Amino acid sequence: MNLKNVLEKKFSRREFLINFLFVFAAITGLLISIPVIGALLAPLFRKVPKIWRSVGNVNDFKVGKTVLVRFKDSSPLPWSGLTAQTASWLRKVSEDKFVAFSINCSHLGCPVRWMEDAEIFLCPCHGGVYNKDGSYAAGPPPRGLSQYPVRIRNNKVEIQSSPVPITNIGTMRS
Amino acid sequence: MKLLKKLWVWIDDRTGITEYIKPLATHLVPPGAKWNYVFGSATLFAFILQVITGVALALMYQPTSQSAYDSLKYITNQAPLGDILRGIHYFGASAMIILVGIHMIRVYLMAAYKYPREMSWISGVILLALVIGMGFTGQLLRWDDQGMWSAVVGAEQAGRIPIIGTWVARFILAGQTLGGATLSRFFAFHVFIIPAMLFGLIGLHLFLVIRNGISEPPEPGRPVEPEKYRSWYEKMLEKKGVPFWPNAAWRDMSFGLAVAVIILILAVFVGPPKIGAPPDPANIYSNPRPDWYLLWIFALFALMPREIESFAIFLGPLIVGIILLFLPIVFNKGERSPLRRPWSIIIVLFIITMVATLWTEGEKAPWSPNFNPKPLPSKVFENISLEAKLGADLFYKKSCINCHTISGVGGHRGPELTHISNRLTEDQMTIMIVNGGKEMPAYGGILSSKELKEIVSFLKTRK
Repeated sequence: MNLKNVLEKKFSRREFLINFLFVFAAITGLLISIPVIGALLAPLFRKVPKIWRSVGNVNDFKVGKTVLVRFKDSSPLPWSGLTAQTASWLRKVSEDKFVAFSINCSHLGCPVRWMEDAEIFLCPCHGGVYNKDGSYAAGPPPRGLSQYPVRIRNNKVEIQSSPVPITNIGTMRS
Repeated sequence: MKLLKKLWVWIDDRTGITEYIKPLATHLVPPGAKWNYVFGSATLFAFILQVITGVALALMYQPTSQSAYDSLKYITNQAPLGDILRGIHYFGASAMIILVGIHMIRVYLMAAYKYPREMSWISGVILLALVIGMGFTGQLLRWDDQGMWSAVVGAEQAGRIPIIGTWVARFILAGQTLGGATLSRFFAFHVFIIPAMLFGLIGLHLFLVIRNGISEPPEPGRPVEPEKYRSWYEKMLEKKGVPFWPNAAWRDMSFGLAVAVIILILAVFVGPPKIGAPPDPANIYSNPRPDWYLLWIFALFALMPREIESFAIFLGPLIVGIILLFLPIVFNKGERSPLRRPWSIIIVLFIITMVATLWTEGEKAPWSPNFNPKPLPSKVFENISLEAKLGADLFYKKSCINCHTISGVGGHRGPELTHISNRLTEDQMTIMIVNGGKEMPAYGGILSSKELKEIVSFLKTRK
């Protein structure tokens, strides 16, 4: 349908109106689908504030030890229940230095365990192994453990609640 | 009685039930369509069972991250016959996966996907993907620790898609982390989105059976010729065809019924999968593992050479999908009999062997460390030096035992070390421990030289 044909009456009035109806329906459908697609994609665009969560006093931790600390996500939905929780393996490297490792294996995200005496992280899913500094040691993981930002404020250790680390294609071991 | 009959005649006349259903029910089918033609209809029966039991479960299930776990416990432990309902839904899902697999193998071996039934195969491939999607989202809705970690593992796999990987992963998790939106999302997919697609595609799949007819059993030396096939098929049906109802349908009914009875028996006597620990992302004492039908993929990820793994996670399904979708387009004519297509038999045998091997490996999961090893048996400590005894303690403490078995205790991630000193010299052992390997961390930085000596001296006593 183009305007010229319509003007030259190659299109009958009925054909024009029916085409108009189709275009109108398409536009309406498009408008309706905007909020639908919006609901589907909303979580991707939800602004999540970066919040520092206190996980304990500096003196609660011993130098050279790695312990599991649990804290809350940045801004959990009210019906999150337990899933609002998250955790990190926190290592006190020296009196004023901490490192916070993601508990998610870089292979497929399973929760790694710290083997205290052996000083390694071990993954229950496919047997990935990391050293105490989170670097890759053995098994299928493509890279070392991710780290979360960590700081000391007013003698409290604070971890910034962060997204679950996602390993992308072609990630090479470092 | 008379009144009822009158009522039926009235309804039938105004709705046209007999007029439309009867020709469908009695349409002619090739005479040889016997027991190997029942798997598709059995899949449909299993699907109907899933819809019905799924609706029943939805009456009690709470689709929120907070309450799903508790409602599942309620369904299992308190709701009248709730555990049987869950059992039927679980074994129904298992049945669907098995039947879809057999149905597909049957169609492939008999090349029923050739002209004019290409679209039957293509819609079937999409249905297969949807059924696997239902299996994955379904096991996740259990929303115990396993279900919750499945969401993370699924997201990590999606993360390997080039460029948009991270976005897709977040789309799956419904956010940057597990949370309140995660379960609602999977619920919507499992209960509305994928079933809607299934209904549509099953409708198409069935319509195509009516439109193109059931494929006749193949015969060697009778190739499919697209130009002549349709008229030949028509004539064959006119001459030898039998009505679908009841001549062929009784087999579908009997087999479908048998499947339903087996599902019911398993649901009652075996019961649904146990519910694990609560879905706490901070609980690291979880051992995520998929339900049995995805276990072989779990095994594949453990055994794949890791240089290619990131690519294989993404490219593998893509390539398999493309091959399956284009199979009937590329090979749409010619011989159908498996006897004239020996490669088809070899390919099927290869795939079955591969999946079965991966499955048994996945069941044993030798690559998963053993996190609760028993202490070494006392006989290990008999007649060995003090140094070796200290080494034996270290073998336990330093996590060697999580991956290596000695005298029946330990993990299977690494080789068994019960008789290690027959295989390796002292020097070889030391080098191995210090440097590690592909699967083993280098213990050089972890053990002191004294500890290293003690462990080696212990291993030397293992003959």
